[in-house]
Amino acid sequence: MVEISPRLHNFAGLEPKAEVKNLNFYYGGSVHALKNIDLVIPERKVTALIGPSGCGKTTLLRCFNRMHDLYPGNRYEGEILLDGVNILAKKIDPIEVRMRVSMVFQRPNPFPKSIYENVIYGLRVQGTSKRSILDDKVEQALRGAALWEEAKDRLADSAYNLSGGQQQRLCIARALATDPELVLFDEPTSALDPIATASIEDLMNELKQQVTILIVTHSMQQAARLSDYTAFMFLGELMEFNDTNLLFNKPIHQQTQDYVSGRFG
Amino acid sequence: MTDPSLPSSKVAQYTQKKATRELQEWLIQAVLFLAGFSCVATTIAIMYILISESVFFFQQISIWEFLTSTDWSPLFDPPGYGILPLVSGTLTTTLVALFVAVPMGTIAAIYLSEFASAKLREVVKPILELLAGIPTVVYGYFALLFVTPALQWLYAPMGPFLSGRFPDLFPVELSGFNMLGPGIVMGLMITPLISSISEDAMRAVPIGLREGSYAMGATRLQTALRVVFPSAISGISAAYILGISRAVGETMIVAIAAGLQPTFTFNPLESAATITAYIVQVSLGDLPYGSIEYQTIFAAGLTLVIVTLVFNIIGYFLSRRFRETY
Repeated sequence: MVEISPRLHNFAGLEPKAEVKNLNFYYGGSVHALKNIDLVIPERKVTALIGPSGCGKTTLLRCFNRMHDLYPGNRYEGEILLDGVNILAKKIDPIEVRMRVSMVFQRPNPFPKSIYENVIYGLRVQGTSKRSILDDKVEQALRGAALWEEAKDRLADSAYNLSGGQQQRLCIARALATDPELVLFDEPTSALDPIATASIEDLMNELKQQVTILIVTHSMQQAARLSDYTAFMFLGELMEFNDTNLLFNKPIHQQTQDYVSGRFG
Repeated sequence: MTDPSLPSSKVAQYTQKKATRELQEWLIQAVLFLAGFSCVATTIAIMYILISESVFFFQQISIWEFLTSTDWSPLFDPPGYGILPLVSGTLTTTLVALFVAVPMGTIAAIYLSEFASAKLREVVKPILELLAGIPTVVYGYFALLFVTPALQWLYAPMGPFLSGRFPDLFPVELSGFNMLGPGIVMGLMITPLISSISEDAMRAVPIGLREGSYAMGATRLQTALRVVFPSAISGISAAYILGISRAVGETMIVAIAAGLQPTFTFNPLESAATITAYIVQVSLGDLPYGSIEYQTIFAAGLTLVIVTLVFNIIGYFLSRRFRETY
Protein backbone atom coordinates (compact mmCIF):
# COMPACT_ATOMS: atom_id res chain seq x y z
CA MET A 1 0.00 0.00 0.00
CA VAL A 2 1.32 3.40 -0.93
CA GLU A 3 1.55 5.76 1.93
CA ILE A 4 1.42 9.44 1.05
CA SER A 5 3.46 11.56 3.38
CA PRO A 6 4.01 15.34 3.13
CA ARG A 7 5.71 16.45 -0.05
CA LEU A 8 9.27 17.59 0.27
CA HIS A 9 10.71 20.25 -1.96
CA ASN A 10 13.98 22.04 -1.71
CA PHE A 11 13.68 25.22 -3.75
CA ALA A 12 16.11 27.21 -1.61
CA GLY A 13 18.48 29.53 -3.38
CA LEU A 14 17.27 28.82 -6.92
CA GLU A 15 17.07 31.44 -9.64
CA PRO A 16 13.77 30.57 -11.31
CA LYS A 17 13.22 30.73 -15.04
CA ALA A 18 9.78 29.27 -14.55
CA GLU A 19 7.67 28.64 -11.51
CA VAL A 20 4.71 26.33 -11.19
CA LYS A 21 2.25 27.41 -8.53
CA ASN A 22 -0.46 25.13 -7.24
CA LEU A 23 -1.11 23.64 -10.69
CA ASN A 24 -3.99 21.26 -11.25
CA PHE A 25 -4.74 19.80 -14.62
CA TYR A 26 -7.79 17.91 -15.87
CA TYR A 27 -7.98 15.85 -19.07
CA GLY A 28 -11.32 16.14 -20.86
CA GLY A 29 -12.73 17.93 -17.85
CA SER A 30 -12.78 14.87 -15.63
CA VAL A 31 -9.45 13.05 -15.24
CA HIS A 32 -7.48 14.84 -12.55
CA ALA A 33 -3.98 14.28 -13.95
CA LEU A 34 -1.90 16.81 -12.01
CA LYS A 35 -2.53 17.61 -8.39
CA ASN A 36 -1.36 20.76 -6.63
CA ILE A 37 2.02 20.92 -8.31
CA ASP A 38 4.58 23.42 -7.04
CA LEU A 39 7.87 23.50 -8.89
CA VAL A 40 10.74 25.80 -9.71
CA ILE A 41 12.66 25.44 -12.99
CA PRO A 42 16.06 27.04 -12.42
CA GLU A 43 17.51 29.23 -15.12
CA ARG A 44 20.11 27.67 -17.44
CA LYS A 45 20.04 24.36 -15.66
CA VAL A 46 18.76 20.96 -16.63
CA THR A 47 15.78 19.87 -14.59
CA ALA A 48 14.61 16.29 -14.96
CA LEU A 49 11.11 14.98 -14.32
CA ILE A 50 11.14 11.32 -13.34
CA GLY A 51 8.55 8.89 -12.08
CA PRO A 52 6.71 5.72 -13.05
CA SER A 53 4.51 5.49 -16.16
CA GLY A 54 1.29 7.44 -15.84
CA CYS A 55 2.58 9.64 -13.03
CA GLY A 56 1.89 12.80 -15.03
CA LYS A 57 5.40 13.89 -15.92
CA THR A 58 4.68 14.27 -19.64
CA THR A 59 1.37 15.93 -18.81
CA LEU A 60 3.21 18.46 -16.69
CA LEU A 61 5.81 19.04 -19.40
CA ARG A 62 3.12 19.73 -21.97
CA CYS A 63 1.59 22.41 -19.74
CA PHE A 64 4.70 24.55 -20.27
CA ASN A 65 3.94 25.14 -23.97
CA ARG A 66 0.17 24.79 -23.64
CA MET A 67 0.04 21.69 -25.85
CA HIS A 68 -3.08 20.62 -23.98
CA ASP A 69 -4.95 23.52 -25.59
CA LEU A 70 -4.94 21.57 -28.86
CA TYR A 71 -7.51 19.13 -27.57
CA PRO A 72 -10.96 20.11 -26.39
CA GLY A 73 -12.06 19.83 -22.78
CA ASN A 74 -8.66 20.06 -21.09
CA ARG A 75 -8.47 22.46 -18.17
CA TYR A 76 -5.67 24.07 -16.17
CA GLU A 77 -6.00 25.54 -12.70
CA GLY A 78 -3.20 27.43 -11.05
CA GLU A 79 -0.24 29.22 -12.57
CA ILE A 80 2.94 28.67 -14.50
CA LEU A 81 5.05 31.80 -14.34
CA LEU A 82 7.58 32.29 -17.11
CA ASP A 83 9.77 35.23 -16.14
CA GLY A 84 7.03 36.20 -13.72
CA VAL A 85 4.16 36.15 -16.25
CA ASN A 86 1.44 33.53 -15.93
CA ILE A 87 1.44 31.71 -19.28
CA LEU A 88 -1.71 29.80 -18.41
CA ALA A 89 -3.75 33.02 -18.21
CA LYS A 90 -6.75 33.21 -20.55
CA LYS A 91 -5.49 36.35 -22.25
CA ILE A 92 -2.14 34.79 -23.17
CA ASP A 93 -2.03 33.40 -26.72
CA PRO A 94 -0.67 29.82 -26.65
CA ILE A 95 1.03 30.44 -29.99
CA GLU A 96 3.16 33.16 -28.39
CA VAL A 97 4.02 30.81 -25.54
CA ARG A 98 5.14 28.18 -28.04
CA MET A 99 7.38 30.68 -29.80
CA ARG A 100 9.25 31.15 -26.51
CA VAL A 101 9.10 27.57 -25.26
CA SER A 102 10.27 24.93 -27.75
CA MET A 103 9.70 21.23 -27.55
CA VAL A 104 11.54 18.09 -28.64
CA PHE A 105 9.40 14.98 -28.81
CA GLN A 106 9.79 11.35 -27.89
CA ARG A 107 10.02 10.18 -31.49
CA PRO A 108 11.93 12.26 -34.02
CA ASN A 109 9.24 14.05 -36.01
CA PRO A 110 10.89 15.96 -38.86
CA PHE A 111 8.51 17.37 -41.46
CA PRO A 112 8.43 16.06 -45.05
CA LYS A 113 10.68 18.89 -46.17
CA SER A 114 14.36 19.56 -46.74
CA ILE A 115 16.76 19.73 -43.82
CA TYR A 116 16.99 23.47 -44.37
CA GLU A 117 13.23 24.01 -44.33
CA ASN A 118 12.87 21.85 -41.23
CA VAL A 119 15.29 23.99 -39.27
CA ILE A 120 13.68 27.28 -40.19
CA TYR A 121 10.10 26.05 -39.85
CA GLY A 122 9.50 28.09 -36.68
CA LEU A 123 10.89 31.23 -38.30
CA ARG A 124 8.83 30.70 -41.42
CA VAL A 125 5.60 30.43 -39.48
CA GLN A 126 6.58 33.61 -37.65
CA GLY A 127 6.86 35.30 -41.03
CA THR A 128 10.64 35.63 -41.40
CA SER A 129 11.56 35.27 -45.06
CA LYS A 130 14.82 37.14 -45.48
CA ARG A 131 17.27 34.68 -46.96
CA SER A 132 20.37 35.98 -45.20
CA ILE A 133 18.75 35.75 -41.76
CA LEU A 134 17.46 32.26 -42.48
CA ASP A 135 20.82 31.06 -43.79
CA ASP A 136 22.55 32.32 -40.64
CA LYS A 137 19.95 30.72 -38.40
CA VAL A 138 20.24 27.37 -40.14
CA GLU A 139 23.97 27.26 -39.60
CA GLN A 140 23.72 28.50 -36.03
CA ALA A 141 20.97 26.05 -35.08
CA LEU A 142 22.59 23.08 -36.79
CA ARG A 143 25.90 23.88 -35.09
CA GLY A 144 24.01 24.15 -31.81
CA ALA A 145 22.55 20.72 -32.41
CA ALA A 146 25.93 19.25 -33.46
CA LEU A 147 24.59 18.41 -36.88
CA TRP A 148 26.25 21.07 -39.02
CA GLU A 149 29.27 19.05 -40.12
CA GLU A 150 27.12 16.13 -41.22
CA ALA A 151 24.38 18.17 -42.85
CA LYS A 152 26.02 21.25 -44.36
CA ASP A 153 26.49 19.68 -47.80
CA ARG A 154 23.01 18.23 -48.00
CA LEU A 155 20.75 20.98 -46.67
CA ALA A 156 18.41 20.56 -49.62
CA ASP A 157 18.00 16.82 -49.03
CA SER A 158 14.85 15.45 -47.47
CA ALA A 159 15.05 15.19 -43.70
CA TYR A 160 13.88 11.61 -44.05
CA ASN A 161 17.26 10.65 -45.49
CA LEU A 162 18.86 11.22 -42.09
CA SER A 163 19.33 8.48 -39.50
CA GLY A 164 17.13 8.36 -36.39
CA GLY A 165 19.71 10.07 -34.19
CA GLN A 166 20.38 12.71 -36.83
CA GLN A 167 16.64 13.30 -37.20
CA GLN A 168 16.35 13.89 -33.47
CA ARG A 169 19.26 16.33 -33.59
CA LEU A 170 17.50 18.01 -36.51
CA CYS A 171 14.42 18.35 -34.33
CA ILE A 172 16.60 19.89 -31.64
CA ALA A 173 18.00 22.31 -34.22
CA ARG A 174 14.44 23.16 -35.23
CA ALA A 175 13.60 23.79 -31.59
CA LEU A 176 16.67 26.02 -31.16
CA ALA A 177 16.26 28.08 -34.31
CA THR A 178 13.61 30.33 -32.78
CA ASP A 179 15.93 31.26 -29.87
CA PRO A 180 13.68 29.78 -27.19
CA GLU A 181 14.13 30.59 -23.51
CA LEU A 182 13.01 27.18 -22.33
CA VAL A 183 13.32 23.89 -24.21
CA LEU A 184 11.14 20.93 -23.25
CA PHE A 185 12.43 17.43 -23.95
CA ASP A 186 9.89 14.62 -23.79
CA GLU A 187 11.91 11.41 -23.43
CA PRO A 188 14.08 12.54 -26.35
CA THR A 189 16.23 9.42 -26.53
CA SER A 190 13.71 6.67 -25.92
CA ALA A 191 13.52 5.86 -29.65
CA LEU A 192 17.30 5.99 -30.17
CA ASP A 193 20.20 3.58 -29.89
CA PRO A 194 22.85 4.05 -27.16
CA ILE A 195 25.34 5.87 -29.39
CA ALA A 196 22.77 8.35 -30.64
CA THR A 197 21.56 8.72 -27.05
CA ALA A 198 25.07 9.61 -25.87
CA SER A 199 25.41 12.27 -28.56
CA ILE A 200 22.05 13.81 -27.62
CA GLU A 201 23.05 13.85 -23.95
CA ASP A 202 26.38 15.54 -24.74
CA LEU A 203 24.44 18.05 -26.75
CA MET A 204 22.10 18.85 -23.88
CA ASN A 205 25.05 19.42 -21.58
CA GLU A 206 26.29 22.01 -24.05
CA LEU A 207 22.90 23.59 -24.48
CA LYS A 208 22.34 24.41 -20.86
CA GLN A 209 24.92 27.20 -21.23
CA GLN A 210 22.34 29.08 -23.28
CA VAL A 211 18.89 27.82 -22.43
CA THR A 212 16.87 26.39 -19.60
CA ILE A 213 16.06 22.73 -20.11
CA LEU A 214 13.25 20.64 -18.72
CA ILE A 215 13.43 16.97 -19.59
CA VAL A 216 11.10 14.07 -18.98
CA THR A 217 12.94 10.78 -18.86
CA HIS A 218 12.21 7.19 -18.11
CA SER A 219 15.82 6.40 -17.48
CA MET A 220 17.06 7.20 -14.00
CA GLN A 221 20.65 6.89 -15.21
CA GLN A 222 19.93 9.56 -17.78
CA ALA A 223 18.42 11.84 -15.16
CA ALA A 224 21.42 11.26 -12.91
CA ARG A 225 23.93 11.89 -15.71
CA LEU A 226 22.28 14.88 -17.24
CA SER A 227 20.36 16.94 -14.79
CA ASP A 228 21.24 19.46 -12.15
CA TYR A 229 17.88 19.13 -10.43
CA THR A 230 15.37 16.33 -10.37
CA ALA A 231 11.69 16.22 -9.58
CA PHE A 232 10.10 12.90 -8.71
CA MET A 233 6.43 12.55 -9.56
CA PHE A 234 3.99 9.92 -8.41
CA LEU A 235 0.26 9.54 -9.16
CA GLY A 236 -0.08 13.09 -10.44
CA GLU A 237 1.75 14.64 -7.52
CA LEU A 238 5.20 16.08 -7.25
CA MET A 239 6.65 14.04 -4.41
CA GLU A 240 10.14 15.38 -4.10
CA PHE A 241 12.32 18.00 -5.73
CA ASN A 242 15.98 18.40 -5.01
CA ASP A 243 19.47 18.74 -6.33
CA THR A 244 19.97 15.63 -8.47
CA ASN A 245 22.80 14.25 -6.34
CA LEU A 246 20.82 14.64 -3.15
CA LEU A 247 17.66 13.21 -4.64
CA PHE A 248 19.41 10.09 -5.86
CA ASN A 249 21.73 9.58 -2.92
CA LYS A 250 19.69 10.80 0.01
CA PRO A 251 16.07 10.57 -0.98
CA ILE A 252 13.91 11.77 1.86
CA HIS A 253 10.69 10.25 0.73
CA GLN A 254 9.98 6.51 0.90
CA GLN A 255 8.46 6.42 -2.64
CA THR A 256 11.44 8.30 -4.05
CA GLN A 257 13.78 5.90 -2.35
CA ASP A 258 11.90 2.91 -3.78
CA TYR A 259 11.81 4.38 -7.28
CA VAL A 260 15.43 5.50 -7.58
CA SER A 261 16.65 2.22 -6.11
CA GLY A 262 14.64 0.38 -8.76
CA ARG A 263 12.13 -1.27 -6.47
CA PHE A 264 9.25 -0.20 -8.71
CA GLY A 265 8.74 1.80 -11.84
CA MET B 1 6.38 -30.94 -20.66
CA THR B 2 9.81 -31.90 -21.94
CA ASP B 3 9.49 -35.65 -22.41
CA PRO B 4 11.15 -36.42 -25.81
CA SER B 5 9.56 -39.82 -26.28
CA LEU B 6 5.86 -39.21 -26.75
CA PRO B 7 3.64 -42.29 -26.73
CA SER B 8 2.92 -43.37 -30.30
CA SER B 9 -0.84 -42.84 -29.93
CA LYS B 10 -0.16 -39.15 -29.27
CA VAL B 11 2.11 -38.88 -32.29
CA ALA B 12 -0.63 -40.32 -34.47
CA GLN B 13 -3.12 -37.86 -33.01
CA TYR B 14 -0.80 -34.92 -33.77
CA THR B 15 -0.23 -36.11 -37.33
CA GLN B 16 -3.96 -36.38 -37.81
CA LYS B 17 -4.45 -32.83 -36.50
CA LYS B 18 -1.70 -31.53 -38.73
CA ALA B 19 -3.31 -33.10 -41.82
CA THR B 20 -6.68 -31.51 -41.00
CA ARG B 21 -5.06 -28.16 -40.41
CA GLU B 22 -3.18 -28.30 -43.69
CA LEU B 23 -6.33 -29.20 -45.58
CA GLN B 24 -8.14 -26.26 -44.02
CA GLU B 25 -5.31 -23.93 -44.90
CA TRP B 26 -5.29 -25.19 -48.45
CA LEU B 27 -9.05 -24.76 -48.82
CA ILE B 28 -9.03 -21.23 -47.48
CA GLN B 29 -6.12 -20.35 -49.70
CA ALA B 30 -7.96 -21.75 -52.72
CA VAL B 31 -11.11 -19.76 -51.93
CA LEU B 32 -9.15 -16.55 -51.45
CA PHE B 33 -7.23 -17.14 -54.65
CA LEU B 34 -10.43 -17.72 -56.64
CA ALA B 35 -11.98 -14.53 -55.27
CA GLY B 36 -8.92 -12.54 -56.22
CA PHE B 37 -8.56 -14.27 -59.56
CA SER B 38 -12.15 -13.60 -60.62
CA CYS B 39 -11.43 -9.84 -60.64
CA VAL B 40 -8.31 -10.32 -62.71
CA ALA B 41 -10.11 -12.72 -65.03
CA THR B 42 -12.93 -10.23 -65.60
CA THR B 43 -10.46 -7.52 -66.49
CA ILE B 44 -8.62 -9.80 -68.86
CA ALA B 45 -11.89 -10.90 -70.49
CA ILE B 46 -13.01 -7.32 -71.03
CA MET B 47 -9.66 -6.37 -72.51
CA TYR B 48 -9.76 -9.44 -74.74
CA ILE B 49 -13.18 -8.58 -76.16
CA LEU B 50 -12.32 -4.91 -76.62
CA ILE B 51 -9.08 -5.71 -78.40
CA SER B 52 -10.37 -8.57 -80.54
CA GLU B 53 -13.38 -6.58 -81.73
CA SER B 54 -11.24 -3.53 -82.33
CA VAL B 55 -8.94 -5.61 -84.51
CA PHE B 56 -11.82 -6.06 -86.98
CA PHE B 57 -12.44 -2.34 -86.88
CA PHE B 58 -8.82 -1.48 -87.55
CA GLN B 59 -8.69 -3.95 -90.44
CA GLN B 60 -11.07 -1.62 -92.28
CA ILE B 61 -10.13 1.77 -90.87
CA SER B 62 -6.50 2.77 -90.60
CA ILE B 63 -5.21 3.58 -87.13
CA TRP B 64 -3.79 6.77 -88.59
CA GLU B 65 -7.23 7.96 -89.69
CA PHE B 66 -8.72 6.95 -86.35
CA LEU B 67 -6.14 8.93 -84.40
CA THR B 68 -5.80 12.04 -86.55
CA SER B 69 -9.07 12.73 -88.33
CA THR B 70 -11.25 15.31 -86.66
CA ASP B 71 -14.47 14.00 -88.11
CA TRP B 72 -16.43 11.45 -86.13
CA SER B 73 -19.61 10.53 -88.01
CA PRO B 74 -19.70 6.75 -88.37
CA LEU B 75 -23.45 6.71 -88.84
CA PHE B 76 -23.57 9.27 -91.65
CA ASP B 77 -22.72 9.21 -95.30
CA PRO B 78 -19.83 9.65 -95.94
CA PRO B 79 -18.74 8.29 -92.59
CA GLY B 80 -15.85 9.71 -90.57
CA TYR B 81 -13.86 7.66 -88.13
CA GLY B 82 -11.63 10.11 -86.29
CA ILE B 83 -11.74 9.70 -82.50
CA LEU B 84 -10.36 13.17 -81.74
CA PRO B 85 -13.74 14.94 -81.37
CA LEU B 86 -14.78 12.41 -78.74
CA VAL B 87 -11.42 12.68 -76.97
CA SER B 88 -11.60 16.48 -76.94
CA GLY B 89 -15.13 16.33 -75.51
CA THR B 90 -14.02 13.89 -72.83
CA LEU B 91 -10.96 15.90 -71.85
CA THR B 92 -12.81 19.23 -71.82
CA THR B 93 -15.66 18.05 -69.59
CA THR B 94 -13.12 16.31 -67.34
CA LEU B 95 -11.05 19.47 -67.09
CA VAL B 96 -14.08 21.57 -66.19
CA ALA B 97 -15.04 19.00 -63.57
CA LEU B 98 -11.54 19.08 -62.08
CA PHE B 99 -11.57 22.88 -61.92
CA VAL B 100 -14.59 22.51 -59.66
CA ALA B 101 -13.74 19.36 -57.75
CA VAL B 102 -10.04 19.73 -56.96
CA PRO B 103 -10.27 23.04 -55.09
CA MET B 104 -13.60 22.24 -53.46
CA GLY B 105 -12.67 18.69 -52.52
CA THR B 106 -9.28 19.71 -51.16
CA ILE B 107 -10.64 22.60 -49.13
CA ALA B 108 -13.43 20.45 -47.73
CA ALA B 109 -10.91 17.76 -46.80
CA ILE B 110 -8.62 20.25 -45.05
CA TYR B 111 -11.57 21.66 -43.16
CA LEU B 112 -12.92 18.28 -42.10
CA SER B 113 -9.56 16.86 -41.15
CA GLU B 114 -7.94 19.83 -39.43
CA PHE B 115 -10.61 22.29 -38.36
CA ALA B 116 -13.96 20.60 -37.81
CA SER B 117 -14.75 19.16 -34.41
CA ALA B 118 -15.15 15.40 -34.16
CA LYS B 119 -18.88 15.85 -33.72
CA LEU B 120 -19.32 17.99 -36.82
CA ARG B 121 -17.17 15.63 -38.87
CA GLU B 122 -19.34 12.70 -37.88
CA VAL B 123 -22.38 14.51 -39.21
CA VAL B 124 -20.93 16.15 -42.32
CA LYS B 125 -18.88 13.29 -43.72
CA PRO B 126 -21.76 10.85 -44.25
CA ILE B 127 -23.81 13.63 -45.83
CA LEU B 128 -20.98 14.42 -48.23
CA GLU B 129 -20.64 10.77 -49.07
CA LEU B 130 -24.37 10.60 -49.70
CA LEU B 131 -23.78 13.02 -52.59
CA ALA B 132 -21.69 10.33 -54.24
CA GLY B 133 -24.62 7.93 -54.01
CA ILE B 134 -27.05 10.00 -56.08
CA PRO B 135 -27.70 8.27 -59.43
CA THR B 136 -25.83 10.07 -62.18
CA VAL B 137 -28.96 10.33 -64.30
CA VAL B 138 -30.31 12.68 -61.64
CA TYR B 139 -27.15 14.76 -61.90
CA GLY B 140 -27.62 14.77 -65.66
CA TYR B 141 -31.06 16.32 -65.44
CA PHE B 142 -29.83 18.69 -62.79
CA ALA B 143 -27.20 19.84 -65.29
CA LEU B 144 -29.66 20.12 -68.16
CA LEU B 145 -32.62 21.67 -66.38
CA PHE B 146 -31.01 23.78 -63.68
CA VAL B 147 -27.31 24.48 -64.11
CA THR B 148 -27.37 25.16 -67.85
CA PRO B 149 -30.36 27.56 -67.64
CA ALA B 150 -28.64 29.31 -64.75
CA LEU B 151 -25.46 29.62 -66.82
CA GLN B 152 -27.47 30.90 -69.78
CA TRP B 153 -29.03 33.53 -67.55
CA LEU B 154 -25.61 34.57 -66.28
CA TYR B 155 -24.11 34.54 -69.76
CA ALA B 156 -26.89 36.44 -71.51
CA PRO B 157 -25.80 39.98 -70.48
CA MET B 158 -22.19 39.51 -71.52
CA GLY B 159 -22.65 37.18 -74.50
CA PRO B 160 -23.07 39.83 -77.23
CA PHE B 161 -20.15 41.87 -75.93
CA LEU B 162 -17.80 38.89 -75.65
CA SER B 163 -18.74 37.41 -79.00
CA GLY B 164 -18.23 40.83 -80.57
CA ARG B 165 -14.69 40.92 -79.23
CA PHE B 166 -13.76 37.25 -79.64
CA PRO B 167 -16.20 35.72 -82.09
CA ASP B 168 -14.22 32.51 -82.32
CA LEU B 169 -14.33 31.83 -78.60
CA PHE B 170 -17.67 33.12 -77.42
CA PRO B 171 -21.09 32.47 -78.90
CA VAL B 172 -23.74 35.19 -78.73
CA GLU B 173 -26.00 32.93 -76.74
CA LEU B 174 -25.07 29.94 -74.64
CA SER B 175 -26.53 26.81 -76.17
CA GLY B 176 -28.85 24.66 -74.08
CA PHE B 177 -26.34 21.89 -74.64
CA ASN B 178 -22.78 22.78 -73.70
CA MET B 179 -19.86 21.18 -71.91
CA LEU B 180 -19.63 23.75 -69.11
CA GLY B 181 -22.88 22.81 -67.34
CA PRO B 182 -22.34 19.05 -67.23
CA GLY B 183 -18.66 19.64 -66.45
CA ILE B 184 -19.56 21.68 -63.39
CA VAL B 185 -22.13 19.14 -62.25
CA MET B 186 -19.65 16.33 -62.79
CA GLY B 187 -17.25 18.32 -60.60
CA LEU B 188 -19.88 18.50 -57.88
CA MET B 189 -20.37 14.78 -58.19
CA ILE B 190 -16.68 13.90 -57.73
CA THR B 191 -16.05 16.50 -55.00
CA PRO B 192 -17.11 14.10 -52.21
CA LEU B 193 -14.91 11.39 -53.67
CA ILE B 194 -11.88 13.66 -53.64
CA SER B 195 -12.61 15.16 -50.24
CA SER B 196 -13.29 11.82 -48.62
CA ILE B 197 -10.10 10.14 -49.82
CA SER B 198 -7.99 13.25 -49.21
CA GLU B 199 -9.39 13.56 -45.71
CA ASP B 200 -8.54 9.95 -44.95
CA ALA B 201 -5.01 10.59 -46.20
CA MET B 202 -4.63 13.69 -44.05
CA ARG B 203 -6.06 12.05 -40.97
CA ALA B 204 -3.52 9.26 -41.40
CA VAL B 205 -0.68 11.77 -40.92
CA PRO B 206 0.79 10.97 -37.49
CA ILE B 207 -0.31 13.22 -34.68
CA GLY B 208 3.36 13.70 -33.77
CA LEU B 209 3.95 15.69 -36.96
CA ARG B 210 1.05 18.01 -36.18
CA GLU B 211 2.22 18.50 -32.61
CA GLY B 212 5.73 19.20 -33.88
CA SER B 213 4.30 21.98 -36.00
CA TYR B 214 2.07 23.43 -33.28
CA ALA B 215 4.95 23.30 -30.83
CA MET B 216 6.91 25.64 -33.13
CA GLY B 217 4.14 28.21 -32.81
CA ALA B 218 2.29 27.39 -36.03
CA THR B 219 -1.41 28.11 -36.39
CA ARG B 220 -3.97 25.55 -37.45
CA LEU B 221 -3.91 26.77 -41.04
CA GLN B 222 -0.10 26.80 -41.20
CA THR B 223 0.00 23.29 -39.79
CA ALA B 224 -2.61 22.10 -42.27
CA LEU B 225 -0.97 23.67 -45.32
CA ARG B 226 2.72 23.31 -44.51
CA VAL B 227 2.88 19.99 -42.71
CA VAL B 228 -0.28 17.90 -43.01
CA PHE B 229 -1.01 18.56 -46.70
CA PRO B 230 2.54 17.82 -47.92
CA SER B 231 2.71 14.75 -45.70
CA ALA B 232 -0.50 13.41 -47.21
CA ILE B 233 0.29 14.40 -50.79
CA SER B 234 0.61 10.84 -51.99
CA GLY B 235 -2.90 9.96 -50.83
CA ILE B 236 -4.26 13.27 -52.06
CA SER B 237 -2.82 12.84 -55.54
CA ALA B 238 -4.34 9.37 -55.59
CA ALA B 239 -7.68 11.04 -54.83
CA TYR B 240 -7.22 13.44 -57.74
CA ILE B 241 -6.38 10.61 -60.11
CA LEU B 242 -9.42 8.64 -59.01
CA GLY B 243 -11.47 11.77 -59.58
CA ILE B 244 -10.06 12.09 -63.10
CA SER B 245 -10.82 8.46 -63.88
CA ARG B 246 -14.33 8.92 -62.59
CA ALA B 247 -14.83 12.03 -64.71
CA VAL B 248 -13.39 10.42 -67.84
CA GLY B 249 -15.67 7.44 -67.43
CA GLU B 250 -18.79 9.40 -66.48
CA THR B 251 -21.58 8.78 -68.97
CA MET B 252 -25.09 9.88 -68.10
CA ILE B 253 -24.42 13.50 -67.18
CA VAL B 254 -22.62 14.27 -70.42
CA ALA B 255 -24.95 12.14 -72.53
CA ILE B 256 -27.93 14.10 -71.22
CA ALA B 257 -26.58 17.61 -71.01
CA ALA B 258 -23.62 18.03 -73.37
CA GLY B 259 -25.44 17.64 -76.65
CA LEU B 260 -24.20 14.41 -78.25
CA GLN B 261 -22.59 16.40 -81.06
CA PRO B 262 -19.09 15.09 -81.84
CA THR B 263 -17.24 18.34 -82.42
CA PHE B 264 -13.50 18.77 -82.27
CA THR B 265 -13.25 21.59 -79.76
CA PHE B 266 -11.84 22.34 -76.35
CA ASN B 267 -14.22 25.25 -75.80
CA PRO B 268 -16.52 24.37 -72.88
CA LEU B 269 -19.17 26.77 -74.16
CA GLU B 270 -19.83 24.54 -77.17
CA SER B 271 -21.76 21.35 -77.26
CA ALA B 272 -19.89 18.12 -77.82
CA ALA B 273 -19.94 14.40 -77.22
CA THR B 274 -17.65 12.33 -75.05
CA ILE B 275 -16.46 8.80 -75.72
CA THR B 276 -18.85 7.40 -73.14
CA ALA B 277 -21.77 9.45 -74.39
CA TYR B 278 -21.18 8.18 -77.92
CA ILE B 279 -21.10 4.58 -76.75
CA VAL B 280 -24.37 4.90 -74.88
CA GLN B 281 -25.94 6.73 -77.80
CA VAL B 282 -25.18 4.10 -80.43
CA SER B 283 -25.67 1.18 -78.07
CA LEU B 284 -29.30 2.16 -77.83
CA GLY B 285 -29.81 2.03 -81.60
CA ASP B 286 -30.28 -1.10 -83.70
CA LEU B 287 -26.85 -1.55 -85.15
CA PRO B 288 -26.39 -4.73 -87.16
CA TYR B 289 -24.04 -7.09 -85.36
CA GLY B 290 -20.59 -7.17 -86.90
CA SER B 291 -21.06 -4.03 -88.98
CA ILE B 292 -18.40 -1.36 -88.94
CA GLU B 293 -20.74 0.96 -87.04
CA TYR B 294 -21.15 -1.72 -84.41
CA GLN B 295 -17.41 -2.10 -84.07
CA THR B 296 -16.88 1.63 -83.49
CA ILE B 297 -18.24 0.97 -80.02
CA PHE B 298 -15.34 -1.29 -79.23
CA ALA B 299 -12.74 1.00 -80.76
CA ALA B 300 -14.14 3.88 -78.70
CA GLY B 301 -14.28 1.68 -75.62
CA LEU B 302 -10.68 0.65 -76.07
CA THR B 303 -9.66 4.31 -76.37
CA LEU B 304 -11.50 5.05 -73.14
CA VAL B 305 -9.77 2.22 -71.30
CA ILE B 306 -6.39 3.41 -72.57
CA VAL B 307 -7.05 7.01 -71.51
CA THR B 308 -8.07 5.85 -68.02
CA LEU B 309 -5.12 3.51 -67.86
CA VAL B 310 -2.72 6.32 -68.73
CA PHE B 311 -4.12 8.47 -65.91
CA ASN B 312 -3.89 5.59 -63.47
CA ILE B 313 -0.28 4.96 -64.39
CA ILE B 314 0.54 8.65 -64.02
CA GLY B 315 -1.18 8.57 -60.64
CA TYR B 316 0.75 5.51 -59.59
CA PHE B 317 4.07 7.14 -60.34
CA LEU B 318 3.02 10.46 -58.83
CA SER B 319 2.05 8.88 -55.56
CA ARG B 320 5.27 6.86 -55.53
CA ARG B 321 7.28 9.94 -56.26
CA PHE B 322 5.72 11.81 -53.32
CA ARG B 323 5.41 8.94 -50.91
CA GLU B 324 6.88 9.79 -47.55
CA THR B 325 7.62 7.38 -44.77
CA TYR B 326 6.94 9.05 -41.48
